[in-house]
Amino acid sequence: MSRKILEVNSLTKIHGTGCPLCLASTGPEADTNICPYCGSVVAAHGVSFDLYQGEILGIIGESGSGKSTVVKTLYFDDAPSAGEAVFFDEDAQYDLYSLNAAQQRSLRNKRFGMVYQNPHLGLNFNVSAGGNIAERLLMSDVANYGAIRERARNLLVRTEVLENRMDENPKKFSGGMQQRVQIAKALATRPPLLYLDEVTTGLDLSVQAAILDLILEIQHELGTAMIVVTHDLGVVRLLAGRTLVMKYGRVIETGLTDQILEDPQHAYTQRLVASAL
Amino acid sequence: MDDIILCVEGYAKQFYLHSRQRLIPSAAQVDLTVRAGQLTALIGPTGAGKSSVLKGIYRTYLPSAGRLIYTDAHGHKLDLALAGEHRILELRQREIGFVTQFLHCLPRQPALDVVAEPLVIRGATREAARKQAADLLERLAVPQRLWGVPPATFSGGEKQRINLARGLIARPRLLLLDEPTASLDSATTEHVITLIEEMKQDGIGMIAIFHHPALVERLADAVVALSPPVIAGALIETIA
Ligand SMILES: Nc1ncnc2c1ncn2[C@@H]1O[C@H](COP(=O)(O)OP(=O)(O)OP(=O)(O)O)[C@@H](O)[C@H]1O
Ligand SMILES: Nc1ncnc2c1ncn2[C@@H]1O[C@H](COP(=O)(O)OP(=O)(O)O)[C@@H](O)[C@H]1O
Ligand SMILES: [Mg+2]
Ligand SMILES: [Mg+2]
Ligand SMILES: [Zn+2]
Repeated sequence: MSRKILEVNSLTKIHGTGCPLCLASTGPEADTNICPYCGSVVAAHGVSFDLYQGEILGIIGESGSGKSTVVKTLYFDDAPSAGEAVFFDEDAQYDLYSLNAAQQRSLRNKRFGMVYQNPHLGLNFNVSAGGNIAERLLMSDVANYGAIRERARNLLVRTEVLENRMDENPKKFSGGMQQRVQIAKALATRPPLLYLDEVTTGLDLSVQAAILDLILEIQHELGTAMIVVTHDLGVVRLLAGRTLVMKYGRVIETGLTDQILEDPQHAYTQRLVASAL
Repeated sequence: MDDIILCVEGYAKQFYLHSRQRLIPSAAQVDLTVRAGQLTALIGPTGAGKSSVLKGIYRTYLPSAGRLIYTDAHGHKLDLALAGEHRILELRQREIGFVTQFLHCLPRQPALDVVAEPLVIRGATREAARKQAADLLERLAVPQRLWGVPPATFSGGEKQRINLARGLIARPRLLLLDEPTASLDSATTEHVITLIEEMKQDGIGMIAIFHHPALVERLADAVVALSPPVIAGALIETIA
């Protein structure tokens, strides 16, 4: 039986000053994530789940439901308002929000990877594709120039970016190619845990298919655990073994992905699935 | 007896559709047993709930009632209706296979890799997995020119054979088959029958839905007849 790699307990993120009525007056029943009393946005509240090594977990929900908030807080892009997350590494475990900034940076550089919907967030457009990967390797202690270049080349070949474009600036690449470079960069340190936020949104269907294939191949080859955020039910069907459904900051349903799609329990999930058919 | 792999007692499934505030029964009062090396056939008219039984066992549907006691490879018993999601995923990977009515696969993946995938997931090398996949496709008379092509454009019968090969390749302990021969011609159906017989000899237990009584006759060791569940929903609604 494979081991747990991540345990998230009651993660909450409130944008704004907050007030005692925020939680009771937001969520699916309240039909909003904005507190009517203080105007704070309850982007996520009470999000709990486990992730096992090599497992792909999907998070679905409509725009604004809090999906990205969850992965951003786990990747330390944003600090949570409450809750905890424990990362179980090979020989140590880390209580993510008790770590100091340097420790967080180290995990982010070496043990976690992130692929954003918007390549501007994940890539440095002032350096080449290869340079982007080198940057990440440098931050994680690999210092030998030859080794870094070789590693970058292999990663780009693996993610099907043409080798001879390694020295070009990714600014000039197509959207699909930029996502491949982002994936290569995220994988550079062989992280056991990868976050993917709407990585195929806005790409042509054939490009989407190729990226999804690549993600699954990587999961098979490297056994990387992943959290895949998407509003596309087809993406979770193909990638995720289990799926969380979010609405107005709350997880309203979780289950095996085929069960969520074929036997959804919650009224909202039933509507979501019906409208996608 | 200790060769029982699965024992289902009192399985029922209903769907509650929130938008229509209705309870839709899809299977009721199902009892069945599957033994190693034997095939249990599910028969009954359209709407009797045959697929709903298989999907409940695989946990694509959350069972509404009943005990689904599965005995795993180590002899441990567990109720599939109550097992944790990770446990179910693990069983799907190692022990329980499902050949569904429709094939879901990656759009870009060639047929050979679609078939080989379950073995790769279990840790086989891609080469070894492809070799076994090729053997199976050959036995199921899938023309070699199709092996390198993604199945999206295949005919119904071709897709079905890919789906079947993918279900058989990993040799699960328990295999669920939903109309595995529905769109096959009689020659191809014979190939499938031979394969199923071999799997029985290998000790694989199966539950199968066949649309031809002749297949049930030839392959089934036990037959379970289902009838459409009473419209309990209507009843409950009038009471409520
Ligand atoms: N996901 C679902 N949501 C709502 N109702 C469902 C669902 N799945 C099945 N049903 C209903 O449950 C009943 C049994 O369906 P099921 O597919 O199990 O029948 P079947 O015996 O396999 O029929 P067929 O021979 O036509 O495939 C049908 O009335 C069907 O409409
Ligand atoms: N920095 C922020 N300041 C204020 N509100 C925010 C901020 N980030 C996200 N939100 C709000 O939180 C909610 C959840 O956002 P997000 O997690 O991005 O949703 P999703 O990824 O599901 O589309 C939205 O209402 C969004 O507008
Ligand atoms: Mg988002
Ligand atoms: Mg059916
Ligand atoms: Zn408030």
